[in-house]
Amino acid sequence: MVTTEKPDYKVVGTRPIRHDGVDKVIGRAEYGADIRLPGMLPGAVLRSPHAHARILGIDTSRAEAHPGVRAVVTSADFPSRQGEEGEVGRADNVLAHDKVLYVGHAVAAVAAVDLHTAEDALDLIDVQYEVLPHVMDVRDAMLDGAPILDEKLRTANPDGSQGDTPTNVAQHIRYEKGDVEAGFAAADLVIEREYGTTMAHQGYIEPHNSTAYWSKDDEVTIWTSTQGLFAVRDAVAGMLGLPVKSVKVEPVEIGGGFGGKIPDYLSAPAALLSRKTGKPVQLTMSRKDVLEATGPTSGTHLRVKIGAKRDGTFTAMQAWMAYEAGGYPGSPMGAGTMCVFAPYDCENQLIDGYDVILNKPKTAAYRAPGAPASEYGAECVIDELAEALDRDPLELRMQNSATEGTQRADGFTYGPIGHEECLQAAQDSPHYQSELSGANRGRGVASGFWFNIGFETSMAAQVQADGTVPLVMGAVDIGGSRASAAMQLAEALGIAAEDVKPHIVDTDSVGFTFLTGGSRTAFANGWAAYECAMDIRRQLEERAATIWDCAGEDVSYGDDGVIRGPNDEDGAAQEFSFKELAAELPNTGGGIVGRADVSKTSHGPAFATHIVDVEVDPETGKVEILRYTAIQDAGTAIHPSYVEGQMQGGASQGIGMALNEEYIWDEKGRMVNSSLLDYRMPTALDLPMIDTIIVEVPNPGHPYGVRGVGEVPIVPPAPALHAAIYDAIGERMRMLPMSPTRILERTLPDDD
Amino acid sequence: MSDKIIVSATINDEPTDMLVSQRDSLLEALRAAAGALGVKEGCNDGNCGACSVMLDGRLVNSCLVMAAEVEGSEITTVEGIADADHLHPLQQAFLEEAALQCGICTPGFLVAAKALLDENPDPSEHEIRYWLAGNLCRCTGYDKIVRAVQQAAAGTT
Repeated sequence: MVTTEKPDYKVVGTRPIRHDGVDKVIGRAEYGADIRLPGMLPGAVLRSPHAHARILGIDTSRAEAHPGVRAVVTSADFPSRQGEEGEVGRADNVLAHDKVLYVGHAVAAVAAVDLHTAEDALDLIDVQYEVLPHVMDVRDAMLDGAPILDEKLRTANPDGSQGDTPTNVAQHIRYEKGDVEAGFAAADLVIEREYGTTMAHQGYIEPHNSTAYWSKDDEVTIWTSTQGLFAVRDAVAGMLGLPVKSVKVEPVEIGGGFGGKIPDYLSAPAALLSRKTGKPVQLTMSRKDVLEATGPTSGTHLRVKIGAKRDGTFTAMQAWMAYEAGGYPGSPMGAGTMCVFAPYDCENQLIDGYDVILNKPKTAAYRAPGAPASEYGAECVIDELAEALDRDPLELRMQNSATEGTQRADGFTYGPIGHEECLQAAQDSPHYQSELSGANRGRGVASGFWFNIGFETSMAAQVQADGTVPLVMGAVDIGGSRASAAMQLAEALGIAAEDVKPHIVDTDSVGFTFLTGGSRTAFANGWAAYECAMDIRRQLEERAATIWDCAGEDVSYGDDGVIRGPNDEDGAAQEFSFKELAAELPNTGGGIVGRADVSKTSHGPAFATHIVDVEVDPETGKVEILRYTAIQDAGTAIHPSYVEGQMQGGASQGIGMALNEEYIWDEKGRMVNSSLLDYRMPTALDLPMIDTIIVEVPNPGHPYGVRGVGEVPIVPPAPALHAAIYDAIGERMRMLPMSPTRILERTLPDDD
Repeated sequence: MSDKIIVSATINDEPTDMLVSQRDSLLEALRAAAGALGVKEGCNDGNCGACSVMLDGRLVNSCLVMAAEVEGSEITTVEGIADADHLHPLQQAFLEEAALQCGICTPGFLVAAKALLDENPDPSEHEIRYWLAGNLCRCTGYDKIVRAVQQAAAGTT
């Protein structure tokens, strides 16, 4: 690790075994599909075979009459069909109303005595479609005369005005800083390139699931694999027209999400089926459903132009980016526009982004949403500039790096950030210092940026008489956040991490907590845990004062977990250890609960720099990764093993997106590779060990300096691999994925 | 109307009768009829390995085996790896090496890794990666999983 300065922590920075670990290695951890309730019925969902069609009518009578079928629901069963229109739930996407907008769009759902019966009954639902022309390419969808998905949609323009004609362009965002034309005029060298990326899926191994029970008194309970218990509660209450107090979401383990389990697809249909049957209903997706109807991240088309002086100074940066939103507006274009040049300090910038609907699944957040595409474009141009200027690519980045006080084009000004420290750590790394030789081998580097976020988090911790501390929270644990919260509470109380027992509880049992995403959880959970601890410390000081019969200000709780009071009548020091005082609680006024509700905006941005060595097989076009090093500023690494795990996992997802993963469509808009054989995510055999270097530039806006680590490592792999492949074979691959097919198209001699 | 049959097998050393449909997979039977909910479904077509179990000493994807085929068989799932008092060294190594994040693929990896070590107690990194290539993990990038298997093989847990 590269650490600038760090207090002498006792728990933070250690590697305890995670609190929820044993259940996960013995098979007892309860995931959503493991929920078993008395009388529970399984169900299945009918999906659109068409990419774009009007629904003329749905006749469910044959399915309802099928032996074993207990209920069928369609969008007509929504009480109001108003629903939420945000990221989480959209009634029309959960069950299509007047139109289907992509192959896989849900149309109806069936509950039956067993899953096979429910699946059989899907064939008995008669849907009359009027098939409409579809559009599958983001540039085609932006053209005049393109098939229009939503006649009512008008472009929201950067100046706040609305377009006046039907369009597939939902939004145009522009960020402008300085004078980009003057900047390009002042440049000695200008490089402008076009790039494309294809849709890629989050690829969590656990398919979506939801179990719902609608009781006779109109109280709905939901168990679902989600990144946000409260987000599902609010979205489902909205879609079902129920007050929020009537929907309770229970915590279950989540088998991966990466942003893709923010939207809720199944809870509302399961609840509607439960209302009709009076039984709990469980819906689970097949892998094909997951790939065709959930997630993915946007495909994009990008143009990036950067001007530089001969000495390497960037004089102007410009980007034009169109993001596929899928069937409904809401791609991660906004974040993509803010991220595109975020690692760099340049006076003159112009950034245009477009959110475009087309006949593909509605996109969902995916790890640093929007950033991998836009920063891929920018980083690849920077690699070309470094070559043209004959500069080391890390050095050129260092020369132009954003630093404290740099203002992004969107107006945000950085506090202390760690991009330069990452670049320096990369420069000094054993990997970058090593020699790489051999035919068809190459090395590439690239940097990445992600914001990280804060938002609301609620927690409560109670001190037990034996000195242990159960901690309840509302943030879903997607990869170790129970452990990081418990560690930060333990640090603040001066006790052992093992003495804290973290629990995630239902939405009625803890205060509102924003969803797990945006790399917010270690930051916001940690802050709430710290505030809980401070609340406990204050209360324990008061209790000790009562016991010692002294003034409260004469008692102090030390960071070592020792509570010290004034000397007693005989002049002897009075002190309690945490456990000693905890044992006194039952007889001196009862137990103590510390609580916290925090909503902080002082999250710290994250930067990363990756180095990769590859060998390209000229016969097959396959790219083999020989060596990989991920460097990242974590602020403070609470549990370094899980920080490394996030860096390695993010890098491997970025590698998948860069080299193999893509949605392939036929002429009718059907995904033709909707299995995990054909949608090819990296296996253990495809990757080497992924070396990590954790840089720690503490975030001054957090008690322990946490920044958040989950997202930024997915950003650098694609441009780093682009540079490495170029170094190996002399070809600039400007379309993701850089698959064997695309590489062979460039390297094989032309047959003609 | 019932097409159900009773399949008797030994699951994690317990003789077990499973009432199954003739079209149920072993994965469905283990989860629904035997209560082995540690066996996970990730794809239901043999591509992710989350449902890995040992069937008569052979590593299989339980989604690709018909329940009706396993009459008289010996099956080991993730629930059968530890003994009453101790975790299996692989389970301990997965915890110590932080080889899991969300944990959904972990049962399959543990069963597959145990099958590897039973056959080859001292595998190279390449042999571990080759053997585990049928098990997908989306969280870890495999680094810590491979290290955990190496650690368990070295007997250092």
